[in-house]
Amino acid sequence: MADSSSSQNIIRGVRHQGKAMILELGGEIDMKCSAELKAKFAELYKQNPQVLVVNMVKVEFLDSSGLASLVGALKWCRQNDSEFKLAGLCKRVKSIFEICKLESIFQIYDSEDEALS
Amino acid sequence: MAKIDAKKSESLTNTQIELRIHANPDYLCVVRTAVRQTVCIFGLQEDKAESITLAVVEALTNVIRHSYGGPCEKPIIVGLNKICCGDKNRPAVEIVIRDFGKQVDAEAIKSRDLDELRPGGVGVHIIHSVMDDVEFSHADDCGTQLRMVKYIT
Repeated sequence: MADSSSSQNIIRGVRHQGKAMILELGGEIDMKCSAELKAKFAELYKQNPQVLVVNMVKVEFLDSSGLASLVGALKWCRQNDSEFKLAGLCKRVKSIFEICKLESIFQIYDSEDEALS
Repeated sequence: MAKIDAKKSESLTNTQIELRIHANPDYLCVVRTAVRQTVCIFGLQEDKAESITLAVVEALTNVIRHSYGGPCEKPIIVGLNKICCGDKNRPAVEIVIRDFGKQVDAEAIKSRDLDELRPGGVGVHIIHSVMDDVEFSHADDCGTQLRMVKYIT
């Protein structure tokens, strides 16, 4: 059996810019690594970010498991008076938001700079 | 719900491409790559190929979670065919996903309120949104077969 603990490292980094906390993701986010993403968000919530930006420029694939993690983060931000923004989604990744009719509930920006401006 | 022919329950027959994986999320990336490449060879445009790849991943995720109750070493078979079907005998991609786990009633995991993002429900919603035909069948012994069709033109 394959080693389920192996990770393709979807968490590429966390940065701060002003009031914003920027989580940079990459790779293919599916059932295998959605728990890792939820755990990372839980870690970030402890720092009470006023603005949480998820930079998804390097994300190549996202399924409903990953989408559920993002919805969870959005809900936390709404409950805690924080802003939650997504930036840099490629067409392939954006399509799941459209299929699930969720693109209107997220603040989605073409780039990180736009999300921060 | 339709029944699977018992003679066909052990493996898929006459498939042009067949993958057999353990029900382990580590192998989802392998299936993704194979499905993307195969459906493009069959003639689908890249954007449709991506949507189908997503539908297959959602189906496999549902099998691992619901049919097998989590990652395990039990098999999932994925078959890919280029066929002609429908009223006008149009070219299409047929994808068959066979598992040997607990039979889950498709009605029980059908798409509900998307705001809840209930596991399984969103996957089924995506499958129905992306594919042109979707059919779940139960085998007499165990397991479920999902047949999905996407027309190429």
